[in-house]
Amino acid sequence: MSGERDLASALVAEIEKTAAGIGRPVRIMEVCGTHTVELRRQGIHSLLPRGIALVSGPGCPVCVTPAGYVDNALTLAESGHAIIASFGDMLKVPGATGRTLSSLSAAGRARLVYSPTELIGMARAAGAPVVFLAVGFETTIPTIMSALLEAEKQEIRNLYLYTAFKTVPAALRFLLANPEHGIDGFLLPGHVSVVIGADAYEFLEGPGGRPGVITGFEALDMLLGILLVLRQIGRGTHRVENAYPRAVRPGGNSLARQMIETMLEPTDETWRGLGVIPGAALGLRPARADRDAAKVFSLPAAADAEAPGCICARVVAGMATPPQCPLFGARCTPDDPVGPCMVSSEGTCAAYFRYGDGT
Amino acid sequence: MCLATPMRIEQLLEGGRAVVSQGNVKVEVSVSLLQNPKLGDHVIVHAGFAIETLSLVEAEERLALFRKLAELSGETGGA
Repeated sequence: MSGERDLASALVAEIEKTAAGIGRPVRIMEVCGTHTVELRRQGIHSLLPRGIALVSGPGCPVCVTPAGYVDNALTLAESGHAIIASFGDMLKVPGATGRTLSSLSAAGRARLVYSPTELIGMARAAGAPVVFLAVGFETTIPTIMSALLEAEKQEIRNLYLYTAFKTVPAALRFLLANPEHGIDGFLLPGHVSVVIGADAYEFLEGPGGRPGVITGFEALDMLLGILLVLRQIGRGTHRVENAYPRAVRPGGNSLARQMIETMLEPTDETWRGLGVIPGAALGLRPARADRDAAKVFSLPAAADAEAPGCICARVVAGMATPPQCPLFGARCTPDDPVGPCMVSSEGTCAAYFRYGDGT
Repeated sequence: MCLATPMRIEQLLEGGRAVVSQGNVKVEVSVSLLQNPKLGDHVIVHAGFAIETLSLVEAEERLALFRKLAELSGETGGA
């Protein structure tokens, strides 16, 4: 059998042939932040012919969470009314005053978790309200809902969620309705699709749609995804293809989907860079209002605001690339980030800084 | 944040949990999001949860597809 390198060369040759046949520059958006990192970490950019631009999309959850959300969490932690628990990236995002939640971790007011399952033991031991920063897309949402169900089963009453859940199909619809970004096709997120299923993207096949290919995260998966998008652009079709069928089923993970549908409902919330997208966020249904930190602690709506000079908002919308930002690599680095696109390990700016832009 | 790792179920535990492994790494995760987790299944693990079982049939077909591509590309002198 051919080695991985030979297979990659074969795929690149096919990509070159297909791109030459299209004969014009093409913009393909990788919607998912994990793709943004893997495409650059594995050097896929440098293998592509000139004229094929990979544009990062809004699929970095920390990056699309508005600055006001961090400020609300900071205020809550400092008030002493609750302990904040969060995945790592969110603890490092500066709020409007430049301070981060991690500055409160020494005092035990902000705590890091790797898995939502840790929340059960944390809440039981805390003796105070624990508010989890429930940030994420469809991949992560069921893991948090499952932990909440377990807390309910164990009658743990002091665990609350501050939800900033976002949904990928709604963001794609929004992008389709605003065609000025000039996207010709989408690499669709592999692990979000594991949960929601390939059928969730059917709308891409309708009027005004674009080719979409559900793509895995290994180098060969990503090259195949790019090739299949290009072939569709060449043929002038816009269909949904599943190039990650070993993990993604047409209907997704039914248990996980059921959990999302019964516990959460669509809401209108602000996406950094994109504004309010109708129905593109998920919040707890009224039956669980007693677990909803925004209601229990009367948190104000999270305002969107940028640090002066930061263009993260345009970057997540696919309207600008990190090197176009005057702060990039100078004032703003992963060690001392200004905006969320540099803070998050999946942020476009962090990926460009670590691995180069492939040009 | 949507980073997930393929791992193999080594042991099923009480309460919807399992020990999974990849190489020398062994961790305990929740399998409560899977319909019917079985010993030896390959699963995708995200944030301490197995979120799906990997299909070995599809994994084989992927390799077959790549082999075919490599052959085609070889015939046309592409690679």
